Amino acid sequence: MITVVDYKVNNLRSLENTLRRLGHDVRVTSDPNDIRTAEQLILPGVGAFGDGMANLRKLGLADPFIEKVKSGTPTLGICLGMHLLCTESEEFGLHRGLDLLQGRVVKLPASLRVPHMGWNQLHPKRANGLMEGITESAFVYFVHSYYVQPEADDIVLATTDYEIEFPAIVHARNIWATQFHPEKSQHVGERILDNFAQVRRGQFL
Amino acid sequence: MLAKRIIPCLDVNNGRVVKGIHFVNLRDAGDPVECGLRYSAEGADELVFLDITASSDRRNIVAEMVRRVADAINIPFTVGGGLRNAGDIQEILRCGADKVSLNTAAVDSPELVQKAAKRFGSQCIVIAIDARRENGGVKVYTQGGRVRTDRDAVEWAKAVADLGAGEILLTSMDADGTKNGYDLDLTRSVAEAVRIPVIASGGAGSLEHLYRGLTEAGASAVLAASIFHFREVTIAQAKSYLRERGVVIR
Repeated sequence: MITVVDYKVNNLRSLENTLRRLGHDVRVTSDPNDIRTAEQLILPGVGAFGDGMANLRKLGLADPFIEKVKSGTPTLGICLGMHLLCTESEEFGLHRGLDLLQGRVVKLPASLRVPHMGWNQLHPKRANGLMEGITESAFVYFVHSYYVQPEADDIVLATTDYEIEFPAIVHARNIWATQFHPEKSQHVGERILDNFAQVRRGQFL
Repeated sequence: MLAKRIIPCLDVNNGRVVKGIHFVNLRDAGDPVECGLRYSAEGADELVFLDITASSDRRNIVAEMVRRVADAINIPFTVGGGLRNAGDIQEILRCGADKVSLNTAAVDSPELVQKAAKRFGSQCIVIAIDARRENGGVKVYTQGGRVRTDRDAVEWAKAVADLGAGEILLTSMDADGTKNGYDLDLTRSVAEAVRIPVIASGGAGSLEHLYRGLTEAGASAVLAASIFHFREVTIAQAKSYLRERGVVIR
């Protein structure tokens, strides 16, 4: 069973539907107790970092989530979810994140067309179970204005180029995170979600 | 590299896809989910559903369609037509649309753009601009092209970008329906004036038109309805044509 954290900033219908179509059991929840009993966690999201953190706290989800991830539960952050896992963000002022991934969320350069919106390519840097079956230069769907600058480059599994090169997938211990939306990325995204669903507790691919 | 996008547009009336010229002589062209799935399988990068339902039950009809599309389709889609306020936007997003497109409501109350971008995120707020040339400028039209405003199209594009819009869907009313190609000058003027993505719309009649919209005019995406609906070209053909000419395509 995959537990998708609903912190009320956006619709999770696509993600839920995609996971179900792939044959996985899904629970979409805002109940802290469901987080405490989760086998696998997905922190999804689009929207603003500050609102996202505020909602996680207001709904009483932040602390159980942090505890659960630290205890080794396989966790996937998607887009804003990836950002929230980080130490801090400079989106509309400086905000503290969940600090489960060491890194800072920064704005894409003003010289670029922002949001970075559309299909862009993955360039794998290291082999990892999450990317099994994903080929070099595979296209996935992005929509974001900020990206993650990790403290240490060795957490980067794949990068994407949009004038600058930024992390598209990161991995540390039991945590994976994608800047793109696997649930909107057709077969490539489905493969990544499937790969994540295979991860069991204590198994870090 | 970021790929240029090909976006089929589906006009929807009472929960059914319709085909017609300028919204007259509408004829039924199928189920939105089936049409969307076919385009998605052919390689469409996104879909736009433009609702023109006039019935008093339109809210429910549109919501139901959006839910069904979201349940079946795994590429991003935008829903536009008749959205008046933050409540309308929220409902469509909650039903599963990735983006909404606003036109008349944005012109009537630009503060809605700012409010919606802040509340739902810039990434899901597309501003549709219907523009028509006249002596000395290009004016913005609302109400499905029926009402002329005094707003200049390029200035309006800049204004909505500053208000937090995430994308502009620019339709040339002069070119729309002609199949003579996009208004390249207008598209270029807007694409150069803003730093958000611009979708060219109105006038696509051939593969070359798509190519010129994406290259000469600098659009991030091209939208087309009839050439895809009437199977004059398939999305796959469009993509291979563009790829052969060096355009980055998924």
